[in-house]
Amino acid sequence: MSKQSKASNEPFWWALFGAGGVVSALFVPVLIALFGLAIPLGWVEAPEYQSMCTLLASPVTRLLLFAIIALCLFHWAHRFRFTLYDGLQLKHLESLILVLTYGSAIVAVIFAGIVIWML
Amino acid sequence: MTSDSIKLEVFRYDPGGDGGPLFDTYEVPFGREWVILDALNYVKDNIDGTLSFRWSCRMGVCGSCGMMVDGEPVLTCAAFCRKYAPGPVRVEPLANFPVIRDLVIDMDDFVEKLGRVKPWIIPEHEKPLSEGEYLQSPEQLGDYKKYSSCINCLLCYSACPVYGIEPEFIGPAALALGQRYNLDSRDAGEAERRSVLAADEGVWDCTLVGECTEVCPKGVDPAGAIQRLKVSSTSHWWKSFLMPWSGREKA
Amino acid sequence: MAHRSKYTSPRSRRYVKRVPIFWWVRKWNYTKFILRELSSVSVAAYAVILILLVRVVGAGPAEYQEFLEVFQSPVSIGLNIVALAFVLLHSVTWFNLAPKALVIRVRSKVVPPMFIVGMNYAAWIVVSAAVAWILLSP
Repeated sequence: MSKQSKASNEPFWWALFGAGGVVSALFVPVLIALFGLAIPLGWVEAPEYQSMCTLLASPVTRLLLFAIIALCLFHWAHRFRFTLYDGLQLKHLESLILVLTYGSAIVAVIFAGIVIWML
Repeated sequence: MTSDSIKLEVFRYDPGGDGGPLFDTYEVPFGREWVILDALNYVKDNIDGTLSFRWSCRMGVCGSCGMMVDGEPVLTCAAFCRKYAPGPVRVEPLANFPVIRDLVIDMDDFVEKLGRVKPWIIPEHEKPLSEGEYLQSPEQLGDYKKYSSCINCLLCYSACPVYGIEPEFIGPAALALGQRYNLDSRDAGEAERRSVLAADEGVWDCTLVGECTEVCPKGVDPAGAIQRLKVSSTSHWWKSFLMPWSGREKA
Repeated sequence: MAHRSKYTSPRSRRYVKRVPIFWWVRKWNYTKFILRELSSVSVAAYAVILILLVRVVGAGPAEYQEFLEVFQSPVSIGLNIVALAFVLLHSVTWFNLAPKALVIRVRSKVVPPMFIVGMNYAAWIVVSAAVAWILLSP
């Protein structure tokens, strides 16, 4: 009568989603406001190239940046996966969606790691 | 009695007939305090005795009279006619459930899922009567009181799009009731419930649409219960993953 | 009764209404939900933009300037307005929902939900100010 069920391994991805949600909620709005609007529209001065270099020289900044990028990508992957399940009722394509979402996030994170490492 | 009247468009379905569902229109005179349930009873008593629907207490505690009124899941004993008059107001069976007949839905799926979460006290050890009662402070009661208010009216299941799409999903009320027992200080069954609550078809199908909490007539906040379950399941999972040697409770 | 009556099991005659693919356009709360979920696309887009930003800083001052100039086009401004709207939706809904997941008890009292929400918004202001200061101060 009772179906066989077991505790899922979702917590792995959900923790990344949650951390990514916090990080993106805190950091991304100001970045869009600056790089996307305030700087190009001339409201504020763009950071000097030298300042950017100095900023990115610090291993702490590099690590923080990598963490922010990675968590944002995993946040998107998890959320987009469920949006496809619910919004377009594509759960029957689960395996494909898992590869497309988490897979592309992993690829982008590796790319980010390489780019930061090669600074 | 005023001379106001309300037009109801009521979903009809006869499983014994050949046709599919259709809508019947009834013009019902109503008093100032009348609810949609009163109007339906007027129809059954005076216009069309074949109309079938569930109801019982007519005061919002039994959970029997849930239906879709103008597309929203409500307890028809709490939906005042004067709010919808003159209509036409659409009355349909609760969404996301198979319809047995007219406004009566099949809730077997919910009952089965409710049983799976073991909605009863699982004590550490059975206490014999001679040892007296289980003591619980008002603060401990407060921990789970909200979740114990559930009347199993199924409005949350009708509001939940995931339940409509995902037949395996255990659903808001059952998960909230699992949490109600997990949080009860007299209960020690959290580990036992985990294989059901923390399964894929348990909390992990939920995407926090939040509509379940919006429509709940008793303030249970199933969305909140599910979120807390996600947090507790996640911390449990990561602790087991990072420290597999630490003595885990009896599964 | 000697004759066999034709009996159709009622169970096989349950009426099951299909959920339409676009169930979420029918109710504003559902539409808001889908929009909230789609905000993650803006988040991913900016994660990629951050990667590209780091890359051009590593490449040289000319590439960095070129990168900044891309943002000046009207198309970019338009897309960024949309992206900002989505990300603000994400932040606001995320912080407002935080107390649902975090129920903390200090001694015998539960921390009021508004406090948790307030702490989140305070953190948001602090982080935004810090990032702006780090990037913009000469």
